[in-house]
Amino acid sequence: MSRVEVRKTYKLFIGGAFPRSESGHSYEVCTHAGTFVANAARATRKDVRDAVSAATKAQPGWAGRTAYNRGQILYRVAEMLEDRRDQFVAQVLAAEGGNRRRAQQQVDASIDRWVWYAGWADKLAQVIGSANPVAGPYFDFSLPEPTGVIGVIAPQRSSLLGLVSVLAPVVVTGNTAVLVSSFERPLPALTLAEVLATSDLPGGVANVLSGPVSELLPWLAEHTGVAGLDLTGVDDAEMATDGERQAAVNLKRVRRAPASEPRWLDEPDLSAMTTFVETKTVWHPMGV
Amino acid sequence: MTELDVAQEFAYAPAPESRALVRIRDEYGLFIGGEFVEGTGEPFATVDPATEERLATVATASAADVDRAVQAARAAHNRVWGPMPGAERAKYLFRLARILQERARELAVLESIDNGKPIRESRDVDVPLAAAHFFYHAGWADKLGYAGLGADPKPLGVAGQVIPWNFPLLMLSWKIAPALACGNTVVLKPAETTPLTALLFAEICQQADLPAGVVNIVTGAGDTGRSLISHPDVDKVAFTGSTEVGRSIAQTVAGTSKKVTLELGGKAANIVFADSPVDQAVEGIVNGIFFNQGHVCCAGSRLLVEESVHDEVIERLQQRMGTLRVGDPLDKNTDIGAINSAEQLAKIRRLSAVGEAEGAQRWSPACQLPERGYFFAPTLFTGVSQAHRIAREEIFGPVLSVLTFRTPDEAVAKANNTPYGLSAGVWTEKGSRILWMAARLKAGVVWANTFNRFDPASPFGGYKESGYGREGGRHGLAGYLRPSPGGASPAGAGVRA
Repeated sequence: MSRVEVRKTYKLFIGGAFPRSESGHSYEVCTHAGTFVANAARATRKDVRDAVSAATKAQPGWAGRTAYNRGQILYRVAEMLEDRRDQFVAQVLAAEGGNRRRAQQQVDASIDRWVWYAGWADKLAQVIGSANPVAGPYFDFSLPEPTGVIGVIAPQRSSLLGLVSVLAPVVVTGNTAVLVSSFERPLPALTLAEVLATSDLPGGVANVLSGPVSELLPWLAEHTGVAGLDLTGVDDAEMATDGERQAAVNLKRVRRAPASEPRWLDEPDLSAMTTFVETKTVWHPMGV
Repeated sequence: MTELDVAQEFAYAPAPESRALVRIRDEYGLFIGGEFVEGTGEPFATVDPATEERLATVATASAADVDRAVQAARAAHNRVWGPMPGAERAKYLFRLARILQERARELAVLESIDNGKPIRESRDVDVPLAAAHFFYHAGWADKLGYAGLGADPKPLGVAGQVIPWNFPLLMLSWKIAPALACGNTVVLKPAETTPLTALLFAEICQQADLPAGVVNIVTGAGDTGRSLISHPDVDKVAFTGSTEVGRSIAQTVAGTSKKVTLELGGKAANIVFADSPVDQAVEGIVNGIFFNQGHVCCAGSRLLVEESVHDEVIERLQQRMGTLRVGDPLDKNTDIGAINSAEQLAKIRRLSAVGEAEGAQRWSPACQLPERGYFFAPTLFTGVSQAHRIAREEIFGPVLSVLTFRTPDEAVAKANNTPYGLSAGVWTEKGSRILWMAARLKAGVVWANTFNRFDPASPFGGYKESGYGREGGRHGLAGYLRPSPGGASPAGAGVRA
């Protein structure tokens, strides 16, 4: 008689813990081919609030780490991901379809993307900061600082590489994130949460919610504890416009949804990082 | 001898700057396509806030007029300004900078007449800085490939720009200089109470032979601004003004491809530690809140004093406030000129009355205000708590609220306890504390042992509800360029992909 498989319950990732949705609601997740795989938790407004509150709590400590330390932790994520490469290949294959070679390419690129962003931790300030030659006896310099808590709607199609490409750039600079996974393809995101939980990333720095974007986006967009909103994964133009309009409540920094699906395998530019940093300029007189 | 006697013994004789330096026309039209044209909206009057007398009648741009201006800007962008090599654009900007310098005195007098600010400030700050902004950005026009936005960044197209009344010409230069340097053309709306220097700038554009349509000036009030910002052929919106209007702009542009930078309100903390050089700190406090009648978005309107030196600082501050001269903006001895409008004066009076009603102690030096015009004595509120409205709302006038703190952590917490985040000041002799504080203050500009310094090379802009994007420096260029592949966008540039 064959052994009965132990199936996994996929839960949310909030404040470093894995709660079920407080509502107890879930929804069915199927493979690309349409076979049932798992029940994913369907996050509610309360879950959004809890995640924002965990992200808010974690943000000053995370921003206060040295850039070197943040870089090491992001690199650690890559290490842990590499360790579970086969698991992610299987999940990406199930979620996105295509062949095994394509799925491997997606996972490899995802691992490499963490490495790429890890390296940016202690370089971005040098690349986009400046000493400013003002016309007077002052030393004047400008540096990037994290914006705060960022709501991120992950891409709906690219379930792992697209997700990493919007999450890593937000957290590497010292922001914390409340991320909404792909609705139909949430499992790579929820498994990535397990990687994040074991990579020395402090609890609350990255929070992962699964559920319908149409419900979760307005709650994130209206939340005044959220300082920025990445709409990359919103594939409905009207919904994206509503989200942007709601985000004006506290003048959130908004990264608009792209006109077409980005080519995720290409090397990113800096805009995913620079949209969610603030330039601080400091003046001090020079004299004896 | 009492202080009052000193003031009488050594009273300053009036030293008024001549009004004859400027010729104010009776009527002004719109500046569209290189020419002054009539507006089709209901004309309005701009008044001298120091005398309440009408200065001129100014055209209101209707939605149709705004459309004409945007079309002129689009045509100029497509045919002339966009294709022009950066080095050639640069020379036009240098020309504008030079003419601003040549006509500095005239501009300063006109600015003080229309705005009410002291001639000392318009002459020594507004106009020289406006010229400096054109000079700085002129040099960028042929070096945009070095701005960190890729090898060949492109202009956005037509910029719709709306500016406030507190620094009319300076804000114009903050908007127009980078836009033009980056190859954009502009339609700019000055504030309805201070349109005159913008209209004189239009004449300067003619003197410089700037190609027609590169700069268009449309005058009017909120409706004109709304027509401009919501115009479908405007690629870039740049706004300086209130957070309330900024919010509605952010809503208006939702779902469009317009790029936006917003420079909005503030409620800056000016933090004085016990070890600060008190004389310098007092000068900095005075400059922080009474510069430009307190009509400054980054004004140091909340003074946070370490408890142990509170009484000493307040005493010296009151002495210093007693020497401030309030009066004729054109008098070279004047420190505090006229409040820009009757409406603004009413708001300052209203919020000051609320301060008293909520239990804070109000103090102003004995000073005689002119009988006519919109004037308000420099005012100090002590015993202010964080819950008081005068500690939370932007008053935009010469009113300072004083709070205390005991530890650096408490100072940071109180300073950051506001939805705004434009600027902050720190006064202490301890260098390590300055850097520690600067890293924790949620503000786009931190002035340490100084306040209210501005420079075209220095990025300026806010955190939180003080807006997004930066103006000035390399960072400011990002608000007017589309990066080419491989290009980074400097931080906080309001880049919305």
